[in-house]
Amino acid sequence: MKVKVLTRNPDEYLRETTRDIHKVPRNYDPKLHPLEAPREYTRALNAVKLDRVFAKPFIGSLDGHTEGISVLCKRPKSLSTVASGAFDGEVRLWDLTTRRCLKHLQAHENFVRGIAFTSDGERFATVGDDKTIKFWKVSSPNVGEEERPLKTIVSKVILTGIAFSPKIEKYATCGEICQIWEETRNEPVRSFSWGKDSVDTLAFNPIEPHILGTSSQNRSITFYDIREAGPIKQMTLQMRTNQLAWNPMESTTYTVANEDFCLYTFDMRFMTSAVTIHKGHTSAVTCLDYAPTGQEIVSGSYDRTLRIFQRNKKFSRDVYHTKRMQRITDVVWSSDNKYIINSSDEMNLRIWKAKASEKLGVLRPREKRALNYNEALLNKFELFPEIRSINRHRHVPKYIQSMTKKIKMNYNKEKRKEANRRAHSKPGTEPESRPKSDFIVSNIE
Amino acid sequence: MSLRKEKGKKSDKKKKNKNGPKGGKEKFSSNVQRVRKPPTEVEDRWKKVPRRRGKPMFSLPAVPKEVAEKHTRGDGISSEQANKFVSKIQKKKTLVREQKVKWAEEVAARAELLLTEEPGFLQANEGEVTKKLTQRQIAAHVDITSATKYFELDLDFGPYRIDYTRNGRHLLIGGRRGHVGAFDWVTKRLHCEINVMEEIKDVQWLHIETMFAIAQKNWVHIYNNQGVEIHCLQNMKNVLRMTFLPYHFLLATSNEDSEVPCHIRHPCDGFGFTGTVSMWCPTKKKALVNMLCHKSGVETLSVDHTGTYMATTSVSRELKIWDIRKLEGSPVQIYDLRGTPVDTSFSQRGGLALGFNNCVEVYRDWQVVRKKRAYLVHESLGMIDNVEFCPYEDVLGIGTRTGFTSIIVPGSGEPNFDAFEANPMQTKSQRREAEVKSLLDKVQPEMIVLEPRDLLNVNVPKLKERIQTKIDILKIRPPDVDFTPKNKKRGNTARKARVKKIVKQDMKKDMARQIAAAQNQILEKSGAEQPHSKKQRTSGALSRFLPKNKKKDKSLQSHAKRRGV
Repeated sequence: MKVKVLTRNPDEYLRETTRDIHKVPRNYDPKLHPLEAPREYTRALNAVKLDRVFAKPFIGSLDGHTEGISVLCKRPKSLSTVASGAFDGEVRLWDLTTRRCLKHLQAHENFVRGIAFTSDGERFATVGDDKTIKFWKVSSPNVGEEERPLKTIVSKVILTGIAFSPKIEKYATCGEICQIWEETRNEPVRSFSWGKDSVDTLAFNPIEPHILGTSSQNRSITFYDIREAGPIKQMTLQMRTNQLAWNPMESTTYTVANEDFCLYTFDMRFMTSAVTIHKGHTSAVTCLDYAPTGQEIVSGSYDRTLRIFQRNKKFSRDVYHTKRMQRITDVVWSSDNKYIINSSDEMNLRIWKAKASEKLGVLRPREKRALNYNEALLNKFELFPEIRSINRHRHVPKYIQSMTKKIKMNYNKEKRKEANRRAHSKPGTEPESRPKSDFIVSNIE
Repeated sequence: MSLRKEKGKKSDKKKKNKNGPKGGKEKFSSNVQRVRKPPTEVEDRWKKVPRRRGKPMFSLPAVPKEVAEKHTRGDGISSEQANKFVSKIQKKKTLVREQKVKWAEEVAARAELLLTEEPGFLQANEGEVTKKLTQRQIAAHVDITSATKYFELDLDFGPYRIDYTRNGRHLLIGGRRGHVGAFDWVTKRLHCEINVMEEIKDVQWLHIETMFAIAQKNWVHIYNNQGVEIHCLQNMKNVLRMTFLPYHFLLATSNEDSEVPCHIRHPCDGFGFTGTVSMWCPTKKKALVNMLCHKSGVETLSVDHTGTYMATTSVSRELKIWDIRKLEGSPVQIYDLRGTPVDTSFSQRGGLALGFNNCVEVYRDWQVVRKKRAYLVHESLGMIDNVEFCPYEDVLGIGTRTGFTSIIVPGSGEPNFDAFEANPMQTKSQRREAEVKSLLDKVQPEMIVLEPRDLLNVNVPKLKERIQTKIDILKIRPPDVDFTPKNKKRGNTARKARVKKIVKQDMKKDMARQIAAAQNQILEKSGAEQPHSKKQRTSGALSRFLPKNKKKDKSLQSHAKRRGV
């Protein structure tokens, strides 16, 4: 007779000393894990609720400016430094880790219109309404020395923006016309213009360093190749574009912040229609920035909110607002993909978490695993009505809510009207609306 | 060890197949055999070792078929099926998801290699059968610790009801005449021993070993492991049988009024009653399923741990094993028994224990293959009242009129436990943590359905119904108003037109009202069939936080006014 009976040696299942961690034998046999679906669903529900409970995105504000802040710029090769320029011509450098002002300088006599760091991050240039370009050192001057610009260039035309090309030793300014400069010279190397209207903003393509995108006051977006003599492409939208940002991971993709409450993502190769329209703002979108991963966009608006959009999604993933934050003038996504810094016209910079419920600091492995598991569960169950409604719900101020309602009503009205018009006209005479391209007025190569 | 052998075989086959058609691999293998010279240039070395992206240099041995089947999560969507998708993105997404599921299945199956314990077994000598082996013989052949698992308690307050905790470590016994004992049966450490001075009808552990429920003469009482009564459930009157659903934290009971003799542990409760077995869920007052299982009354009922098989016995000495996933057709197996069993119990590894008057018979894999001979037989001194297999141990507990007997049934318990589900070696701190975790994962009673996996599927009929509702609403159109006023003498055309306009307006208003009513009717009709569409107002402890109903019933209001309230 042969017999074997289960006996477990407690030594193999219990920890030796109280300092050890508990032994946790696992068996993944589905028989031992009944009711998988309802249990996972419950966990997902808990995860999404916890996510909302811990959603505290606001980290802090930096005050010091005595006027509204007009521009903001992050420093390449340093995570903790940003520069801000105000309406009174003051420029401040901030250290985000200590939340202190590193230095402040009276750079211009009037508005500061643009700030840009050189690609090595050692110097930065500012342009203002006093028609000057000034270069400054990031490091503070020696004791007893006065803070002075490294170089001052007086321009013949009005300047409204400046940008350094990320890889070549050139920079561009915009204003009445678009000009290309070299750091070693005091005269522009080349100047571009298309029509009479002045250029508001400009941005170099981070991957193709010779491509420059600009937006003008005549509602047009123009692209230049700085190796060529003239512009490459121009598109005109129904309303004015306030800012243009390139996707840092895809050289052909760019997004524009428009006056008509929307952001439009385009592919530069097929500019006849937008790839995605990002909706949700209830007032003009003033600024935007891409996450360094190229997957998400943050935008600031005149409606006093920040919205975070996923690259290919129509509606925002999150909306940030505080009672005291006023109209947003500029926004920057930090290079570690963790923080968002915005400036508003009530003299403050604000720091936000890019993921509202993310825990700051070092995570223990167990914590990290639990968070990953929760994230996976959320992905799995995100389309379930209960979970989706909790996940999507955001509290917004009343003025935003009522405005959103109004916009929606308007949209439905237009839709209905169009359908009625088509129903009561000869078939084929009333073309169907194409929301992704109707807002484009013209496209010129 | 068969597992490893098979793996070796399969990997050999794979290699052969790969080497056959492709010449590139052979080069590599011959290269290895040669004495390796130091490469002159770095580039040279890379040329000699062709390494394709995504293909590892060596492949893991294949997972044995039966192990892979155990961990499978269904066929999934094949690439041919995905090809029929209209959207390319959807197709790609689906295939990626399928790949991930496949990977998870494989990893889970491979983790079987890490399991430490092997299941128990019993083999008789040649010419003998295991049925003839007595517990004494078995106990004499096993090690001392295992031998202690065969024991008898001679008690005077029987017949006894018994219950093991979910991890199989603790035992609760309750005698009809009021005796209750709770103890760690492995170490024989007593938690408490009390006499409730009342008739006891059933005993049941709750989610942890510090709490248990006892169905007494009038009500159900809850005690802690010190034997102190902590709760009395007076709305559970004259309870006969109880069961606790650990994932839902529900205590289900059946009482004398319903005349239901038995009760089982399954997410979907089952009852036996005049030949029918009914399955219930807490959200519905009527039974979900009524199965006519026997021509005479159902005596016992038990469901196996996977929720696949159900064993029912009847007064007419019949035992039927059903596949409860089907809920129709004939049973999987029918057996004629030599007597009427008092109680039945499934073990974790598919054994079935039948308790007759003074004898317990254990069968193995009865539901799968038709077998005649019992695996083990044990005769007890007293009349048997209750049998239950102990989870994660090779032990069967028997509650009898004269006490409690624990017998060894080799191969009945699951050898490898998952510490996050049920841990027989649980410490106090682990227990506390597990309690919190399980409370967080508490499944809502609404999710008790016949097929819990349906929760993950798209409810196609409901979706169709919703679309149909929308279409129905759109279809309602007002008919054209056609009205010509009567030609009276004094009227002029202007008056006629005015009358016509007024009448038309009135009729339109009337129509609009009727359409709205019809739409509401459709909505209500579709809403009434949806179980989760409207939140039911319950009189729970937290109902005061719910928004108040502003709209009162008009008829009630008018009634109140009339009475001057």
